[in-house]
Amino acid sequence: MGDKTGILITYREALKQALREALLSDERVFLLGEDVGRYGGAFAVSKGLLQEFGPERIMDVPLSESGFTGAGIGAALAGMRPIVEVMTVNFSLLAMDQIVNNAATLLHMSGGQLNVPVVIRMGCGIGRQLAAQHSHSWEPLYAHIPGLIVLSVGTHEDARGMLLSALKSPDPVVIFEYTYMLNLEKEIPADAGAVDITRAKVRREGRDISIITYGAGVYKALDAAAELAAAGIEAEVLDLRVLRPLDEASVIASVAKTHRALVVEEAWRSGGIAAEISARIMEKAFYELDAPVQRLCGVEVPIPYPKHLEDASVPQIADIVNAVKKMIKP
Amino acid sequence: MEKAQYLRLLYQMLLIRRFEEKCAEMYAKTNIRGFLHLYIGEEAVAVGVTQALAGDDYVLATYREHGHALARGMDAGAIMAEMYGKQEGCSRGRGGSMHLFDGQKLCGGNAIVAGHLSMAVGMALAAKKQQQNRIACCFFGEGAAAEGEFHEAMNLAALWQVPVLFVCENNYYAMGTALRFSHAVQELEKKGPAYGIETAVADGMDVLAVERAAREAVEKVRAAGKPYFLVCNTYRFRAHSMFDAELYRDKSEVEEWKKRDPIPRLSDFLLTKKVITEQDIEDLENRVAAEVQKAVDFAEGGTWEPVEQLTKFVYSSD
Ligand SMILES: Cc1ncc(C[n+]2csc(CCOP(=O)(O)OP(=O)(O)O)c2C)c(N)n1
Repeated sequence: MGDKTGILITYREALKQALREALLSDERVFLLGEDVGRYGGAFAVSKGLLQEFGPERIMDVPLSESGFTGAGIGAALAGMRPIVEVMTVNFSLLAMDQIVNNAATLLHMSGGQLNVPVVIRMGCGIGRQLAAQHSHSWEPLYAHIPGLIVLSVGTHEDARGMLLSALKSPDPVVIFEYTYMLNLEKEIPADAGAVDITRAKVRREGRDISIITYGAGVYKALDAAAELAAAGIEAEVLDLRVLRPLDEASVIASVAKTHRALVVEEAWRSGGIAAEISARIMEKAFYELDAPVQRLCGVEVPIPYPKHLEDASVPQIADIVNAVKKMIKP
Repeated sequence: MEKAQYLRLLYQMLLIRRFEEKCAEMYAKTNIRGFLHLYIGEEAVAVGVTQALAGDDYVLATYREHGHALARGMDAGAIMAEMYGKQEGCSRGRGGSMHLFDGQKLCGGNAIVAGHLSMAVGMALAAKKQQQNRIACCFFGEGAAAEGEFHEAMNLAALWQVPVLFVCENNYYAMGTALRFSHAVQELEKKGPAYGIETAVADGMDVLAVERAAREAVEKVRAAGKPYFLVCNTYRFRAHSMFDAELYRDKSEVEEWKKRDPIPRLSDFLLTKKVITEQDIEDLENRVAAEVQKAVDFAEGGTWEPVEQLTKFVYSSD
């Protein structure tokens, strides 16, 4: 059986190993995106892959997000398994027409004739002082779109595994990767590979409160939970992982156990994932609650450049700890 | 040309060069963070083109815009303070290196590639509707010219006949993607006529050539109220940003281009023609060094915006 001994790996290396494995295991797979080849990937995730797989499978493309994303969708329709890399979510708005109006709708519009097995990866998030146009967290925008499968890579295990499962999907998958975590090292099993992409996952068990989060919030919530444990509060951390279609059952199950929920996300508050989770809890688990659902979200401001203002724009570990303490001992 | 004019060109290019060298140093010391895209090697383009513009013309640039900001006469201290993230910065510290703003002197600092081109068209449209004599001038790389946004903006400008000068700073690389990998037709100057836009090419390593070409272009744009496409061939001596291992080009290629460095090119020309002396250059260097030091002092003496003001400027009423 597989090797369960742990290996220490960076988030970047986990993403890269997944890419490599995908390219090795299916000839139809190819990577296309800006600077994925000669530059080595904007974030060095695909470094060395051009040398290993050649320019037919590691395709550098011109600045033309709408064009190459549309081409990826077309290639998927016509029998290939392209991985489209949009350098960061910030530039994905230029590709959004293709993603929303083509990838997400073709199956339905064609009465089930045309499915679109394309995988679109994008770097995402805040934390590197890149200011308003380069710090977006737009998972909610994509999670709004029926027809898409939207994945958020909050852990190293998922960095290693989500892409592989996404490539098996008959339908378009958008994957958010967090550039802030690229150099972060964590342990994963040596045989880590494809992971389930239909369910949320409890990352830490607890009985007092559910901290429900995703993406860049996961490790923050785990750190907060560790701090809370020292103060005698056992928080459960639920990593949503799949932002569409939402795994509502796991959310409800966790709330039914802890009777309190704090939803944490870096994206803006209005109309976000936290709003959706909160509404689902109200609809399906209202009578399980011992306290109103609370949200900790990104402040509704274009992200400013200076570190102290950037930090103040998204929930930090201390904010999570404080919010939980308030909910438990009002 | 008068000696004073020559000296101004040399002064502006030197200021950009030394200012940015200082920025790189401050980046290494972590006083500047985020992305930092240096213009070193390309100074002749911004300096040459801005000579031809009027003070109230609109100028829009990219995230590689420190040179344009300085050439437009923005205060070096306010620019440095912006890069430090201090509230005395030209964008109150909110934008950093990629988002320098100063009214119409510089409408950004735009970091979504090619996103500012259609805004330039709109500013030119507004000038036309209001019967002003202003023009809009936008700078962008050859990488940007592959975006749909570029083609849409060119077509709109020609269709509407509005006074906008498109300046393509062709430095042959878009991050690590060479011109030949991003354009099927590599003669960028062929893209203007395809839209019925008058086009010219200038040696972007020669500030005098750029200035000449820009003056001709701006005169036409202003007189005829039509768009114009100016391609300046140039080269970036430094990495794309501070996170670039430069795997995509040979050191020897960079060294070749450095022989065409626009600064010694102008100073050597002026020395040979005996327009200036070594002493003039030394004086300029001293003036520039003092100005850069003043900018750093200003930035270091700047203050942080209180966190309580985080949500200011989301709406005009804030
Ligand atoms: C729409 C968009 N796509 C991608 C990027 C990332 N990016 C920033 S600069 C750049 C290269 C642009 O090259 P070019 O237009 O030639 O200008 P240069 O940087 O060489 O001055 C890329 C890909 C971006 N900022 N915006």
